[in-house]
Amino acid sequence: MVVAWVGKQACVAGCIFALAVLQRLAVGVGSYSGAGRAPLYGDYEAQRHWMEITLHTPLADWYRDTPSNDLRYWGLDYPPLSAYQSWAYGRAIQAFDPAAVALQTSRGFESAFSKALMRWSSVLSDILVLFPAVAACAHVFYLRRPTAQLLVLAVGLLQPAFVLIDHGHFQYNSISLGLSAGAAAAIAADWYCMGSMLFCLALNHKQMAAYYAPAFFAHLLGALSAATLSIKAGTHACEAGNARCWPHLLGCGAPFLVHEGAAGAALSRLAPLKRGLFEDYVANFWCATSMLIKWKRLLSLPVQVRLCTAATLAAAAPSMLHQVLRPSPRGLLLCMANSAFAFFLFSFQVHEKSILLPLLPITLLAPQLLGTALGLK
Amino acid sequence: MTTQHNLPAIKVALIPAYRSTDFEVHRNWLAITSSLPWQDWYVAEGSEWTLDYPPLFAWLESGLAQLAKLCDPAMLQVTNNGYASPATVLFQRTSVMLTDFVLISAAWFTSRKMPAAQSLAVFTLIVAHPALLIVDHIHFQYNGLLLGILVWSIALIKEEHCLLGAFLFAVLVNMKHLFASLGPLYLIYLLRHYCRGQHAVQRFLSLGIIVLAVCAVSFGPFIAHGQIKQVLERLFPFGRGLNHAYWAANVWALYTLADKVLARLLHKTAGLASSTGGLVQTFSFAVLPDIGPTTCAVLSLAAMVPVLVLTFRKPEPRSFPQAIALMALCSFMLGYHVHEKAVLTVLIPLAMAAGDSIEAAREFMFVSLVGTYALFPLLFTWQEYPIKVALFVTYHLLAALLLYQVLQLPTVLHPVIFGASRLQFLPLLLTSTVSAAGMLAAWRHMGRSLLGDFSQSKVD
Repeated sequence: MVVAWVGKQACVAGCIFALAVLQRLAVGVGSYSGAGRAPLYGDYEAQRHWMEITLHTPLADWYRDTPSNDLRYWGLDYPPLSAYQSWAYGRAIQAFDPAAVALQTSRGFESAFSKALMRWSSVLSDILVLFPAVAACAHVFYLRRPTAQLLVLAVGLLQPAFVLIDHGHFQYNSISLGLSAGAAAAIAADWYCMGSMLFCLALNHKQMAAYYAPAFFAHLLGALSAATLSIKAGTHACEAGNARCWPHLLGCGAPFLVHEGAAGAALSRLAPLKRGLFEDYVANFWCATSMLIKWKRLLSLPVQVRLCTAATLAAAAPSMLHQVLRPSPRGLLLCMANSAFAFFLFSFQVHEKSILLPLLPITLLAPQLLGTALGLK
Repeated sequence: MTTQHNLPAIKVALIPAYRSTDFEVHRNWLAITSSLPWQDWYVAEGSEWTLDYPPLFAWLESGLAQLAKLCDPAMLQVTNNGYASPATVLFQRTSVMLTDFVLISAAWFTSRKMPAAQSLAVFTLIVAHPALLIVDHIHFQYNGLLLGILVWSIALIKEEHCLLGAFLFAVLVNMKHLFASLGPLYLIYLLRHYCRGQHAVQRFLSLGIIVLAVCAVSFGPFIAHGQIKQVLERLFPFGRGLNHAYWAANVWALYTLADKVLARLLHKTAGLASSTGGLVQTFSFAVLPDIGPTTCAVLSLAAMVPVLVLTFRKPEPRSFPQAIALMALCSFMLGYHVHEKAVLTVLIPLAMAAGDSIEAAREFMFVSLVGTYALFPLLFTWQEYPIKVALFVTYHLLAALLLYQVLQLPTVLHPVIFGASRLQFLPLLLTSTVSAAGMLAAWRHMGRSLLGDFSQSKVD
């Protein structure tokens, strides 16, 4: 009776959601990166530390090196929305296990209960942000194709890469990825305002969402000036886009603008140019060719930055142009993928985890690109 | 399909999850069977977890121990109580996962000739049951292996391979004697269905020889060594009380509750604390008469009589799985010192028949919901809490989908968590008694529908 009443598709969707939650919880049983490894531990400790810092230090000092906030020990290097999220989860964890987020004394704090709490916060983030976003994408991009919708839901929610990094290694990528996906869905559904807002939020959560920026820019430009392909219309579109974006960017950053120097400190943490062209090993162009051409030795830092920018834009340009001239929902996803790949391959200081960024739009295109999607994993 | 591929992933992910004392029990058995000669297996006193399964299981542990030597020989030292190195955990967990293949192959065998949708449904219902994941892969036991043998046995009998089915059943009882409660049904069914016609006597003899041979291989050496009394004592440790430390959802849970309520009303306090003490021990009731093992045995058999009588009159291969499930439910509801885990013996055979009719499917869903819920208190740690809920929800959504029709959701009240430390047992008590009520209802329903089936086919 339940099945007949609710509808078979909803039941299958429900199964997929339940399975996705179960998968995340099961993976969470295992260890996280850096467990027990003093003095620095790993990303789990970084997230816990940010909760500690945002709870106990004043907002102006979150990105500044102070006696309470030693930037060399996992300094905050994501934008303010991440910090607010850390604060919110920190408050929740503090209510149950204050020792886990106590200032200074909780470095390297590891207990079964606090681990459970951290894991649940990650699963909750997924449920609140990623799941609805993927569902929205499935609905918008595959309207009137129920099987494709369910496929996208399944592939998107059960995607091992997202699960392992967020619930094993430990991070909160699902929030910015979910917001980006939601933005894509909104824009594809012609809800430009909502889409811009969501993308700005995604950007405010993790600056890596900027990998998608060229795609959104190009698509919006194309869509808004579609009626009359003229420079005037294009400029108008840009202004319109800006008008929507600035309030949101400012909204998130406002508290930092109030305190002198805080904004500057935040921005310098977000773009860690001093960390170099690449770190360790990452499957991108600069690292791969570094065996033949020693980029770090050949070029100075400012030149490297400029080279990266140029290469990235050049790689993303064709797809951007296509979107400006012929915007479409599918094209938006493809452009997001292309743009993210361009950044991944040619950008400055890329982490291997950034592969999640191209992976998201490719996953959403799964029904059409099944072969590519499987190969990419 | 997604579920089937996810299942091994989930099992692997659960490797580091909570383990109960049963983990140490099996490690101890690995140690005993590998470092002591078989003459000492049922005499060893090194640990409180003495060997209380029949010899064939002990030989299995002995075999596993040979593999364990390659992983971490330290786990095989009898004195190493509580030893749980990462290699030990990995080895034991993997052994459960691998022995699960017995159940997986059995599920395949039983469903292979069914129509496609039913085949997928039955296979998934058996293999992915959350009760198995909770009891085997978290709490830690080898039910996958044992129930796999049971399913093979039932499936073979359903397909008229009675000798093989009987052989497997004999092996099963010699691995875990708890399954002997299903013996009467096997006996009557085989006598009436298999041992008839012109070869009746030969068939009867061959059955007898097979069963006796298995028992001889199993118990023979110990009988020859004069140890049979010691072995039986270990196998049937009756100093254990009517209810387990946590009450199984059966009649005795309701009985014990009634005793407590009456005791309060009549202001008698003797025996009040002990049944909720969380310890495995005998206790006496305050108001109602004490129940001993003999009473339980008699009552269980009495409850089984209707099924047995009707099987005697009309032994049907088709309804064998459900008959087994009903037998298992009878001994679950009225048995002595029943573990809540015994509900698995009811659930898995029911799953085999769940695709047969709407009634069967409804029955299965109801018993599965109630029975699995009754297992929740087995996992009491924070980390496992959302996992068991997720397992429960995912499976039953999937089951409903697969069975695709009317589903009876019981109105089971969630136990309210009381803050006072005096009433710590109250949530468990509520879970048991409410589930017991549910199980009673299911029992009555199952009995009726099965016996109804029997009478109808008799009329045909």
